[in-house]
Amino acid sequence: MVDIRIPIGLMFTIVGIIISVFGFVTISNTEMYHKSLGINVNIIMGILMLIFGLIMLFFAFRKKKKA
Amino acid sequence: MRVDLSWVDYLIMIIYFLFVLGIGWFLRKFMKNANAFLEAGRSMPAWVAGLAFISTNLGALEVMGMTGSGMKYGMLTTHFYWIGAIPAMIFLALFMMPFYYGSKARSVPEFLKLRYDEKTRALNAILFAVMTVLASGISMYALALLMENVLGWNFNLSLWISALIVLGYTYLGGLSSAIYNEVLQFFIIVIGLLPLAFLALKDVGGWVGLKAQLAPIAISRGFPADTFTTTWSHTGQATSNPLGVEWYGILFGLGFVLSFGYWCTNFLIVQRAFAAESKAAARKVPLIGALPKMFIPFLIIVPGIIALALSHDPGKGFTIPADAGGGLNYNLTIIMLLKQYLPTGVLGLGITALLASFMSGMAGNVSAFNTVWTYDIYQSYIRPRTGNEEADGKHYLKVGRIATIFGILLSIASAYIAGKFGNIMDFLQTIFSMINAPLFAVIFLGMFWKRTTGHAAFWGLLLGFLMALLHHGLTIPAGATSLVKGGWIASLHTYPVEMAQNFWTAIIAFTVSTTVTIGLTLLTKQKKSDEELTGLVYSLTPRTIVDKDLPWYQRPAGLAILVGVIFLVLTIMFW
Repeated sequence: MVDIRIPIGLMFTIVGIIISVFGFVTISNTEMYHKSLGINVNIIMGILMLIFGLIMLFFAFRKKKKA
Repeated sequence: MRVDLSWVDYLIMIIYFLFVLGIGWFLRKFMKNANAFLEAGRSMPAWVAGLAFISTNLGALEVMGMTGSGMKYGMLTTHFYWIGAIPAMIFLALFMMPFYYGSKARSVPEFLKLRYDEKTRALNAILFAVMTVLASGISMYALALLMENVLGWNFNLSLWISALIVLGYTYLGGLSSAIYNEVLQFFIIVIGLLPLAFLALKDVGGWVGLKAQLAPIAISRGFPADTFTTTWSHTGQATSNPLGVEWYGILFGLGFVLSFGYWCTNFLIVQRAFAAESKAAARKVPLIGALPKMFIPFLIIVPGIIALALSHDPGKGFTIPADAGGGLNYNLTIIMLLKQYLPTGVLGLGITALLASFMSGMAGNVSAFNTVWTYDIYQSYIRPRTGNEEADGKHYLKVGRIATIFGILLSIASAYIAGKFGNIMDFLQTIFSMINAPLFAVIFLGMFWKRTTGHAAFWGLLLGFLMALLHHGLTIPAGATSLVKGGWIASLHTYPVEMAQNFWTAIIAFTVSTTVTIGLTLLTKQKKSDEELTGLVYSLTPRTIVDKDLPWYQRPAGLAILVGVIFLVLTIMFW
């Protein structure tokens, strides 16, 4: 069957890129990040999701190579 | 209370929908027979089934309700995640799973058939099928209403679209697709709610700051200062904590009867472990699920507690909208928090997390419903197996798929009924929630006492259920305004809070069921031979230890100890 880590990895990689890019584009928009206590949560969460997605993909493909 | 979403938020949501449907699409070619479709071919690795196990339980009503409860009861709400779940999950894994999985039963009702008899199975199968449809209808209604009020979406449109997406991936890929998506949904729920928990806690000055802000609120309500940040400290008397229940009520009612009834016998949950690739994997499923389960309170309950502090701080401008009765609509707590803290971008992620939780709960209901319908009702009463395995597999696959469509249509219908006659639906759901406690009594006795007979089990189940109903009809919680809450026969006793009434209803159902089953067993003859019961009953099943050579963390017992230790540490830390 399909390795579930591939779709999870792909989705988080894509969403992570979108959110972090959006975070960098809006970096100077202090009004928007006033809610989140002045923290640019988009950059932080975006990068976190990207890393998570890549880790999932890494493990999925490492297993595939072995098999 | 409107939350405005921008294109980025919608983009994230759409990507999520595409992936969910895509998983179903990729799995469709593996669905060659009923076994693959309804049981995921018993091929899931333990970690996948384990995360699905916990994700199914993490439905939208659960997430919204638990955040609301956090605001109402504070840290005491964690009893639902710790004492009210962990011991039962450990018990299920170590002591019940070997018989469930080893019996080759494809559903909990089928286990009843193998262990007892046809009538016990029929009773349970029918009650269960009705309950799952009701439950998914009610949560669908709640979600669509939320989307209408908060996001301004059309009620009918959000109802049908969310139902069709769930239908799409469960129809295509069956239980495998439901499970795979539950794993994806689990990660989205956790990651989507993470920034909320972090920002909210930072805003109130961390745990220490939160405690300081909650103390005056607790005192003004007549409770000790640290009531909202402790779990067991103030449960000596029912009146000294907001839950309104004493420690023994929590321990026995929630920690034993309700939680063992739910976690050990609810097919919706147990089905995920049935899908595991081996008996050893099936035993690890509840334990792997228990690990994240213990930490979910920090994502959904703690923000609710913070909401209580925020609502008393005028500088924050945080309010919870009122419900129809004029009280606070606690179910909206999580949405209001998302609105308070999350900017565009992560906001879309947070809303997607809520949608994901809704879908994981609903897909759980649908995949359990189609299995029980196909195997326990259709195959048993309408068209039995013919003996031609291949043709049968194809035929029941078709039936399972049709049952999936019907399950969803019935859920949609019950969602509309819930909208029109909300009270009736709440009432029905309360009634059907009473089937779990007697079921646990009957399955437990069946697994550990070989003498337990079919007649005894049937009457134990039925009378336990009827006595629970009777108790509900004769008692009311204080301040109840409608008969849905109880007292529809007469009101002989008033409970201080609804929670106490629930606990006692379950305790009575369990006690009656146990007594009746034991009593009738002694009066009736066991019709099943020892051979028939091998693999189903503890004393008749040879014990083979196969995991001696594995490292401790790969053995069920080792994992159980790890879970137990973390559970104890958390309990003591937040005592």
